[in-house]
Amino acid sequence: MMGLLGWWFSQLSLPNASNFSLAVDRLYDFIFWLSVVSFLAIVLMMVVFVAKYIRRREGEATPYIEGHTPTEIGVSAGLFVLVMIIFYWGYRDYMQMRTPPAGAMEINVTGRQWEWEFQYQNGRVVARQGSEPPVFVLPRGQNVKLILQSKDVIHSFYIPEFRVKQDVVPGMYTFLWFEPTAVGEYTVYCAEFCGTDHSRMLARARVVEPADYETWQREWELAGVKSAWERQANAAATKSAAAKPTGPETIADQGKALFATKACSACHSVDGVSGAGPTLKAVFGHDVALADGSTVKADENYLRRSLMEPAAQVVKGFNGGVMPTFQGQLKDAEVTALIEYIKTLQ
Amino acid sequence: MSQEEYRMPEAVSYLNSPKGWKSWLFTLDHKRIGMMYLLLTMVFFAVGGIFALLVRYELLTPAPTFAANTYNKMFTMHGAIMVFMFIIPIIPAALGNFFLPLQIGAKDVAFPRLNLASYYIFIGGALLAVLAILLGGVDTGWTFYTPYSIKTATAATLVTLGVFVMGFSSILTGLNFIVTIHKLRAPGMTFHRMPLFLWAIYATAIIQVLATPVIGITTVLLVMERVLHIGFFDPAIGGDPVLFQHFFWFYSHPAVYIMILPGMGIVSEVITVFSRKQIFGYRAVAYSSLAIAFISFIVWGHHMFVSGQSELANLLFSLLTMLVAIPTAIKVVNWTATLYRGSIRLGTPMLYALAFLFLFTIGGLTGLFLAALSVDVHLHDTYFVVAHFHYVMMGGTVMGLLAGLHYWWPKMFGRMYPETWAKVSWGFVFVGFNVTFLPQFMLGRLGMPRRYHEYAPHFAGLNQLSTVGSWMLGVGFLIMFTYFLWSLKRGAFAPANPWGGKTLEWQTASPPPTENFHQTPTVTAGPYEYGLKAMGT
Repeated sequence: MMGLLGWWFSQLSLPNASNFSLAVDRLYDFIFWLSVVSFLAIVLMMVVFVAKYIRRREGEATPYIEGHTPTEIGVSAGLFVLVMIIFYWGYRDYMQMRTPPAGAMEINVTGRQWEWEFQYQNGRVVARQGSEPPVFVLPRGQNVKLILQSKDVIHSFYIPEFRVKQDVVPGMYTFLWFEPTAVGEYTVYCAEFCGTDHSRMLARARVVEPADYETWQREWELAGVKSAWERQANAAATKSAAAKPTGPETIADQGKALFATKACSACHSVDGVSGAGPTLKAVFGHDVALADGSTVKADENYLRRSLMEPAAQVVKGFNGGVMPTFQGQLKDAEVTALIEYIKTLQ
Repeated sequence: MSQEEYRMPEAVSYLNSPKGWKSWLFTLDHKRIGMMYLLLTMVFFAVGGIFALLVRYELLTPAPTFAANTYNKMFTMHGAIMVFMFIIPIIPAALGNFFLPLQIGAKDVAFPRLNLASYYIFIGGALLAVLAILLGGVDTGWTFYTPYSIKTATAATLVTLGVFVMGFSSILTGLNFIVTIHKLRAPGMTFHRMPLFLWAIYATAIIQVLATPVIGITTVLLVMERVLHIGFFDPAIGGDPVLFQHFFWFYSHPAVYIMILPGMGIVSEVITVFSRKQIFGYRAVAYSSLAIAFISFIVWGHHMFVSGQSELANLLFSLLTMLVAIPTAIKVVNWTATLYRGSIRLGTPMLYALAFLFLFTIGGLTGLFLAALSVDVHLHDTYFVVAHFHYVMMGGTVMGLLAGLHYWWPKMFGRMYPETWAKVSWGFVFVGFNVTFLPQFMLGRLGMPRRYHEYAPHFAGLNQLSTVGSWMLGVGFLIMFTYFLWSLKRGAFAPANPWGGKTLEWQTASPPPTENFHQTPTVTAGPYEYGLKAMGT
């Protein structure tokens, strides 16, 4: 039976399609074989003892054995070493998953009941077409960072072939990164129960060669330019057409426009000079000294919180209570656009 | 001595004296209260089991059989009923109530009225939950994760209130047991002469008293948010959804040990008695219960490795979780070593105890996969987790429970169960369990997420195997249910001590008289003093 079990487990072939797959599988296999050995040791002992010491007549004499302290200590110490190896191994690989390399391609991913939406830096949005799950395209060999947000409840972004998973939590940004290493199409699952159509909340990650990825984006950009011309030509007839970001307007461009219309620039410069508020030049990704003496790394969640709760983390040298909250004033997509704009101010 | 000397059919026992339904409903006798708990929790086990069979039936094919919302309610009700209304209360409240005073040689628990009160509080909470089912059920999963549980239109308020109320029952029972163990032990019964079942019940009671208030507060916050729209957990009104997970698991992780420790206690009793051996390493087994109870409070974050909590928190929780492996393995090794040079009788209780060892070892080892951070990222919220906790909860706790039920059945009812049918049923349960849950490890490894109502066709084969396994389990339990009922009227009369146990409950009649012992027993030796010291070690 155990042989069968071992064979069965070895038949589990889940393709390796990201830079993490192999590392995760190696540790998985290590724990697996360690478990098989420990399990067999226990079960064999059990079976041998039961077979050998089965009661042959009532009233058989048995020895009085209180225990064996060296055994207890040996088992404890041996196990302690083993689990610490597993712990460290898992932690080391996990920290790689949590440390996106500089220059990774960023894609904003939004989860909502019950669909995924992907927004590329150039403004291209990939969303569900009818009942078909969205197919978003990735270049093989390129580091990709997904910035995840939820519109409603908690979802979880999961691609088994990549061995990556991250909960998508409303009210904050979470992220994951990976490098797709094999061309193919992989299913994105929602792994956190999110209501009626949880099991239909799917997407497809299509990994293609970098050249094909360029073509895929280029075609869309050209189509956008074409439609922009058509829009201009029909400007009088289609007033509302410009409302949708169908043209090649990047997220950062949208953020820049918002930065002006929401009058952010009244207090925040983008050139390094302080105004009523701190400048936003070279803020993102850097440590910021706060008025309470602590420092914080300016990431997406920091910027989001500064918009929603401006008094919570006041920058050193400035007064709290000056900036109004934008809670309820800005849509999630607008917050994301502003952050994308601020990222460009390096 | 022959059986008849121990018990005549018309003998007076707690079962028939006093008579009348009122004498049951208003009883202060721990044995009758234990019986009433047993009846109620077994009914919930049956209901939860039917939901489980329906869940597996849905998953027989990749395409939907029931509507999505129906399926979501079925797995929620399966989980919530099994956790809160069956597996948490059954061993402490039913078997613990019955055997704790008997095993320490006392007439009753320290606070008999409180004991009855906790039973009716449990019924009150259970009624709220049943009402919620009748009003259409809940679809949040038994974990009630926010903000979905805030937004769902189903009866989440009633169910969480039910959990809140049942929590009081759990706290009061735990409190009662702690005091009873400290104050009512018979002369000569030192802590180190206590049966290991009581050590386990004692460790469990500590967790019940300390952890349950947290789930109480959490469910109240949830209800306040649902009813009064105060923003604790929903970010749309200023709350933090992950905070709920911290609160929830701060209770629900220790609760896992509320579920498993009593099962471990039973296994310690059964293995020693059926191999006629002193337990190997009494103190190691006893203290490891306390160690597990202690560590269980500081590992809750391992349910949240991908929730967005900080990397530092994940580091600490992964590290601490690894430590649980040590006291757990100590127990498994000691139980196995107890068999060495024993005189082993493969009665049904022993078969269940050995099944526990087999299945719980798998459950424990697969926990290592989930405690390792990088591997958990892949396996979290997949069927691997489902299989893992069923190996622990069902392969562990339920096997322990079934070992205990068969072991103590003669004592509780004064009748023997039919051994042959019991073994047939054991075969179905043991094989059926593995056929149901082994494929789920593989499904999880392949990436099938939990709580999926429909799934990709390449998962179909393993799911079908699992569903067939659930039918075998169903058959096993049906046989068991039938012979248990049959034995109440037709089973052979049980002698006072059919297994040759040394603990005190075997030193009185089967079933015991209302006052348990005609004379307070005096204890002069440990609970498992089998074997000849002369035969050496």
